[in-house]
Amino acid sequence: MLALNNYLILSAILFSIGTIGVLVRRNAIVIFMCIELMLNAVNLTLISFSHYLGSIDGQVFVFFIMTVAAAEAAVGLALMIAFYKNRESIDVEDVNMLKL
Amino acid sequence: METIAIPAINLAPIMPEIILSCIAMLLLLVNVFVPSESKGYLGVLSLVGLVATAASVVSGWGQPVAAFGGAVQLDNFAVFFKLIFICSAALAILISDKYVVREEINHGELYPLILFATVGMMLMACGMDLMVIFLGLEVLSISLYVLAGFNRGSLKSNEAGLKYFLLGAFSTGFLLYGMALTYGATGSTKIGNIAGFVATNPQVATNSLFVVGMLLIAVGFSFKTAAAPFHMWTPDVYEGAPTPITAFMSAGPKAAAFAAFIRVMIVAFPTLKHDWTDLLWILAVLTMTVGNIIALSQDNIKRMLAYSSIAHAGYALVGFTACNPEGVAGILFYMLSYTFMNIGAFAVIVLIGKKGEANGNVQDFAGLGQKRPLLAAILCVFLFSLAGIPPTAGFVGKFYLFSAAIKSGYIWLAIIGVLNSAASVYYYLRVMVYMYFKPSEEDFDWVGMTPAIAVCLLLCVATTLVLGVVPGTVLELAQKAVQF
Repeated sequence: MLALNNYLILSAILFSIGTIGVLVRRNAIVIFMCIELMLNAVNLTLISFSHYLGSIDGQVFVFFIMTVAAAEAAVGLALMIAFYKNRESIDVEDVNMLKL
Repeated sequence: METIAIPAINLAPIMPEIILSCIAMLLLLVNVFVPSESKGYLGVLSLVGLVATAASVVSGWGQPVAAFGGAVQLDNFAVFFKLIFICSAALAILISDKYVVREEINHGELYPLILFATVGMMLMACGMDLMVIFLGLEVLSISLYVLAGFNRGSLKSNEAGLKYFLLGAFSTGFLLYGMALTYGATGSTKIGNIAGFVATNPQVATNSLFVVGMLLIAVGFSFKTAAAPFHMWTPDVYEGAPTPITAFMSAGPKAAAFAAFIRVMIVAFPTLKHDWTDLLWILAVLTMTVGNIIALSQDNIKRMLAYSSIAHAGYALVGFTACNPEGVAGILFYMLSYTFMNIGAFAVIVLIGKKGEANGNVQDFAGLGQKRPLLAAILCVFLFSLAGIPPTAGFVGKFYLFSAAIKSGYIWLAIIGVLNSAASVYYYLRVMVYMYFKPSEEDFDWVGMTPAIAVCLLLCVATTLVLGVVPGTVLELAQKAVQF
């Protein structure tokens, strides 16, 4: 049985990988995957706390996060398709019509 | 492990959300059967729905009720904010009908999406559980991602949607991580229970999980309120999104983010108050200054108003930093007046614009004062109010925010705020200089008033002036709303 800290450190590492990925990657889909990684790191944190505290709230929260992430994925991929149709690229370097 | 206890179901406190969601879903169904030339009727129906919702919201005034085991609380604070959201949605719908026809994006989904976004905002204002606030925020954000990219054929709108989506989801990650850590440190996601835990275990204030959780939550909300240095997405998204949606985004969702931000910080983290007011002090100064200074050099009027909206978030943060009842009441009043003056200004931009978002530069307003004197005068009222010049609502709002800051001892913050406000006069007056003192070959004959926009302009001008001349009643209501 691992201690709570190990899970928290793992999720912190996952969250950081996700954050760094969002900042350095250039492909919109990869960026989106990194955001999903961040959300899943949060889920891991919630579940370990839920187990540690003996409280069910954290697990309920995880269900909501997964549902919302699915809805977000649907909308996000639709936006990427719309962008690709007009620009034929999903590289964020090409997201430059508006001044950065 | 405990079992899930199903709390007694009392639907009354979330009746407004239920009514509005049902109407929005009904409109989605009706939309299938409405021919594309009469989509405007959907706008009328959604306005009827908003009025019904407003009636249901108002009936909750003065009698705070909690429901769902304390996850939702309909109090005066929530009622006041909900009315702001309903006003912003209604005004945005009023200015959409002409715009969507001109830009050929006359899809009926626009109206239900605005209503769903409003439902999300209302949930944020009455949520007393981090889960409810998160769900409200996401209902709002997901609708707004679609709305920002609503003009599918336009690359700018695509970009605005994509950018808003990526950065919005990124910020949600931070907010959620903060919520998870707070849950871990206090053992509950309910704001009331967190406050109770903090009161009985004061040593938690030194727990790094708790402090980091609070900071991450603050970062997440700062992103949504477009506070510097988390404001990068704002100008691009505001410029690229369809104009009525920009108007909506700058008023309603910003107020919603403030509602949730204020409630979480004041109720759940009272013991860390000194830490987060210091943080907000810095945020407020940065936000005001960055917004105003960059706005000075903008030619595109939507972009200029985007930076101005960042600056206005900064003024609201001044009241939040003061963290006294006057400051919070000042934010309520300011958000209400900002909704009317800002959407009013956007209504004029919709009228002046041409197909393809053309005619959106300050230079294009040249000669408007001679060719369309009434329209120019109306725009002047909004610009004066945004600049904070009496006798308009903007002046009264700023006055209360800054005086609240002085009352709490933040004299320098108030001085920086006033200086910023003075600097902002330059870029608002610049538009007026173009309108009245520059000649133009244009005759503005394409500017056709529609009944909907006329109603919107009338409402906005009347409210801006009435709140500026006799603010007493509304201020009293705002003060009554500041009891959690």
